[in-house]
Amino acid sequence: MRLTDLPKGASALVRTVEDAHASDAIAQRLRDLGFVPGEPVRVVACAPWGADPLLIQIGSTRFALRRAEAQRVRVTGQTA
Amino acid sequence: MSQSPLRVALVGNPNCGKTALFNLLTGARQKVANYAGVTVERKEGRFDTPAGRRVQLLDLPGTYSFETTSPDERVTRDVLQGRYPGEAVPDLIVCVADATNLRLHLRFVLEVKRMGLPMVLALNMMDAAKRRSITVDVAGLERRLAMPVVETVAVRRGGAHALIGMLDAHAPSARASANADASADDARRSAQSAQPAAYADTHAEVRAILADTVTMPRATDARDDAIDRWALHPVTGPLILAAVMFLVFQGVYSFGKPMTDAIGDAFTWLGALASAWLPAGPLHSLITDGIFNGLGTVLGFLPEILVLFLFILVLEESGYLPRAAFLLDRMMVSVGLTGRSFIPLLSSFACAIPGVMGTRSITDPRDRLATILVAPLMTCSARLPVYALLIGAFIPHRPVLGIFNLQGLVLFALYAVGIAGAMAVGWVMKHLRRDRSEHALLMELPSYRLPKARDIVLGLWERGMIFLKRLTGVILALTVLMWFISTFPAPPAGATGPAINYSIAGYIGRALQYPFAPLGFNWQISLSLIPAFAARETAVAALATVYSVASGDADITTLSHALAANIPLASALSLMVWFAFAPQCMSTLAVIRRETRSWRNVAISFGYMFVVAYVAAFATYQIARHFT
Repeated sequence: MRLTDLPKGASALVRTVEDAHASDAIAQRLRDLGFVPGEPVRVVACAPWGADPLLIQIGSTRFALRRAEAQRVRVTGQTA
Repeated sequence: MSQSPLRVALVGNPNCGKTALFNLLTGARQKVANYAGVTVERKEGRFDTPAGRRVQLLDLPGTYSFETTSPDERVTRDVLQGRYPGEAVPDLIVCVADATNLRLHLRFVLEVKRMGLPMVLALNMMDAAKRRSITVDVAGLERRLAMPVVETVAVRRGGAHALIGMLDAHAPSARASANADASADDARRSAQSAQPAAYADTHAEVRAILADTVTMPRATDARDDAIDRWALHPVTGPLILAAVMFLVFQGVYSFGKPMTDAIGDAFTWLGALASAWLPAGPLHSLITDGIFNGLGTVLGFLPEILVLFLFILVLEESGYLPRAAFLLDRMMVSVGLTGRSFIPLLSSFACAIPGVMGTRSITDPRDRLATILVAPLMTCSARLPVYALLIGAFIPHRPVLGIFNLQGLVLFALYAVGIAGAMAVGWVMKHLRRDRSEHALLMELPSYRLPKARDIVLGLWERGMIFLKRLTGVILALTVLMWFISTFPAPPAGATGPAINYSIAGYIGRALQYPFAPLGFNWQISLSLIPAFAARETAVAALATVYSVASGDADITTLSHALAANIPLASALSLMVWFAFAPQCMSTLAVIRRETRSWRNVAISFGYMFVVAYVAAFATYQIARHFT
């Protein structure tokens, strides 16, 4: 399952961050920001107009991620 | 004790309070606000510790990681690695971390630690952590990290006592060996970053440290969650944003206007007083026409500018701006910008110069350039006097729908025209460029914070002083020049027309009128466009001076009477539209040159704005003429 598939308010654990292409700087930055295996994430809010970007909480930090960015994050369900 | 100062660098994740700490330690007043990326360049300050030790403090832009992605983050990495031109590796690193957000911030602490430089960890925002019942075992953290850890509250006086004590105790001898370590570590570090496993390792280490030393009853602030439920809601969120923006513009007009009128009255009285005391002659004319009418008219708009800044400062401090960026990202992407453009564009309402500089926090050079090119279309505070003057002269003060007034609505419309123009220009640029690769938003949303009255007052004071300095500097010089060219040479003996027609100003104005006549500008307006290029407000001072010299006396109210009597409504509308789009002041163009390092971008910026302004003002005048 991808982070973008999670409904609003749902939590899950990060499985991995995929590179969309070779030396993907965005995937790299996501890993830097703490999107590493086993980290719990939650979809806090979705912006109007196509639910893009998403507001993702990881730890005690909230990040706005566009769907294209959140697409890179694979999660395993543990839906609340 | 060593004679040379201890060189200390503040580093840390964005928005952890480095600059607030810098200000607290050095007594400086660098800009602080509640969003990531306020500080975009290195700032330097000095202070002495109680023990008499001189400290040279470096404030660096916040960064999430040394795998940098934006120009401001690169500065920090280069300074710490000794690659920044003219900057030696610091003696001591003070790594600042937000105590309420250690899971993210400790990771960077570990990354900095690997560089091997002597360092101290400052746990900042301890007040917020205590409020949320977060406890940190400082001694345990010191042991785990093998570095001194101090608690700080950068927004409270005396909140850095522990840190200052630590600096006194720090022995400078570690330097030479630290440098050698740094280069060795550098090599090790780049080897590490090649393997993705290192990231997971660092995070695992952070998790283990947190489990041992930090207790956090709740991952987020309950207050933030409650506000965000409404502020980020797909329906109420945009409504709240629209209401906030509308309130700002109505507020500028409703609160600022009465004060402006009071200042205008005071200057009329002063001018009358001065003219009674001074003997008639050129000096009399310079003081009353040039200084009191020219400068006084511009000074009258100080309250409006301060009200605008009050709103901007409160918004910046509150933490709401990144939320607005979140709500608007999709819309901004569709016009070739990014949600990250929102904050620089909003600061451009104050002035395009900090706006253009603020774009450094935009990661992607393409989005950054697009933002720089449209930023001057946001109505800066220097245009406010021009709009306020014309609205006061031509738009009747009458209520609309009971709660709004027509003058406020027209002002709002002028701001909206600028925004619509920026969206159109962005859209065109998006379709012209070839690079269509993906660029990330990846923006952190900070905790809400109640703005501190002291910071707001200081911020307003600073802006007020900047305005007064401009007024007594460039605007004064131009006003005196305008007075000079509209007074000399005196008309020849036997001249029949008004004296000003024979002055230098009269000749220049009439020559300029040829290109601007199709826009409905008379020669006085055409002439005022020239000094407006140096500073927008000067257009008002120039018009006041020219009409004042011509008629013998004027102040804000009579300037608006003079305008109402001399130009038709269609010309006034056309002039407002011109100012909405016209190429902005020289300082803005200079800062675009500095930030993009390209004269080509300056030419593009100037060229497209001139064409858009000319066409839009032309259309406004020609259409309005048919209806009035």
